[in-house]
Amino acid sequence: MIIKGRIIKEGKVEGEAIVSSEPIGFFGGIEPDTGVVIEKGHTLEGKSIRGKILVFPTGKGSTVGSYILYRLKKNNVAPIGIINEECEPIVAVGAIISDIPCVDKIKINKIKTGDKIKIEGENVIIE
Amino acid sequence: MFLTREEEKMLDGESGEGVQRAMEIVVALGKIYNAENLVEINSVQVAGVSYKNLGDAGIQFLEEWADKGGRVSVKTTLNPAGMDLENWKRLGFKEEFAKKQLKVIEAFKKMGISPVCTCTPYLIGNLPKFGEHIAWSESSAVSFANSVIGARTNREGGPSALAAAISGRTANYGFHLNEKRMAELVFNVNAKVNDFSDFGALGNIIGRIAKNKVPYITGIKDSNQDNLKVLGASMAASGAVALYHIDKVTPEAKNNNMIKDSAERIVIESLEEGYNNLNSDVNEIDFVSIGCPHASVEELKKIAEHVKGKKLKAELWITTSKYVHEKAKEYVKIIEESEGKVLNDTCLVVAPVEDFGFKNLATNSGKAAFYAPSHSKLNVRFGTLEKCINAALTGRW
Repeated sequence: MIIKGRIIKEGKVEGEAIVSSEPIGFFGGIEPDTGVVIEKGHTLEGKSIRGKILVFPTGKGSTVGSYILYRLKKNNVAPIGIINEECEPIVAVGAIISDIPCVDKIKINKIKTGDKIKIEGENVIIE
Repeated sequence: MFLTREEEKMLDGESGEGVQRAMEIVVALGKIYNAENLVEINSVQVAGVSYKNLGDAGIQFLEEWADKGGRVSVKTTLNPAGMDLENWKRLGFKEEFAKKQLKVIEAFKKMGISPVCTCTPYLIGNLPKFGEHIAWSESSAVSFANSVIGARTNREGGPSALAAAISGRTANYGFHLNEKRMAELVFNVNAKVNDFSDFGALGNIIGRIAKNKVPYITGIKDSNQDNLKVLGASMAASGAVALYHIDKVTPEAKNNNMIKDSAERIVIESLEEGYNNLNSDVNEIDFVSIGCPHASVEELKKIAEHVKGKKLKAELWITTSKYVHEKAKEYVKIIEESEGKVLNDTCLVVAPVEDFGFKNLATNSGKAAFYAPSHSKLNVRFGTLEKCINAALTGRW
């Protein structure tokens, strides 16, 4: 299945999806040295986003979150791609400065954790 | 979104990687907010300068962008850093922090920005014109530029402001558009608003109610630039107000109806709630901070008059820009003779104040009083300049 979205950061990447049904705040929500979700009570609490294509509705929280994405990338624990329903500035800026392909305007309920997916420009391909 | 041919080329990397990254950010934000096009800008204020907020990742990010050829193309000023860039050692800042902070400044210098750090760029020559499109971060400066000057900016973040400075453009949405500048709330102020701190208390009340909406304020009889500076700073701290209008005072409200037909009306009878929100019940004061936003020459003059020939009991910090410091040298001398400190380039909100071991702060700034408990773990007393200086002299509130 191919779903067409909107490019936030252009790129081509292939990997396993990890899906959060709720928004993600990177600052205080994800441990920057390990890529593990640490927000108490979050649906992904305790899970690592390292090397995955991270799928979530939208970002939330402090604008410092853009730098947390950048730190994750420098520590080699960042997601390899990001898919949002509605991208907001924190995630958009974070993805661009960290060179992480990012697409939004995607109905994320079509994707499940563990799915093999590809991001190719504006297209999300679910195998 | 419409891009000119030149903008398309910049986005494709024809002007280098530094510009490409900047255009990617500007265009992405334009898409997110459904902007029709980009607008050219001539003035940028960049926040995210203190190492306390940037951390090591922030340094890496700035250095990388500078290495990729990111250079500013318009007039750009920096927000306060985490310390006085020249006198940090004498003022007691830690060497470890200072080294990192100076690395941040080096990266900005490489991008072509002169290292003058202030939250009041409009006092040091970065003064946009009425109606001009600009891209500023620093919530209090954004509020001042939009409201008091009548320039047009959204509340930019650090990276998006830098992107605007490098590309010379920002996306045309939000406060760049006429209809978004109309007030959605009207505040009729019946309370007396006289002192500097009254404006801070009023700002606290309005910010909490308005959140990110545009307020229109009536009933302010007497105001000057310093008062409006603190009013805006306080509203932008307790809420996210980026633009306000004051009846017969601010430029857009002088000649136009700036109130939406659907606007809700709210009456403010007293400032007590604002003062209560910002005050704890401590009486011993070991630290007094003035200059948030950065003190003007007039404020330094007033403080000098209060402390002249007296010795202080509590630590007194007055934060300002190097430029204002130079212009107010005679007053600085008087303050320093009383053992008060005048710090350039930094402020209470972004300095590593917790390293100094202060416990109880007195300030006349609604913004500093709002942030100090969470950012710097201080108990706060908030009141007039006279009360604050008196606390500095006696050690008591």
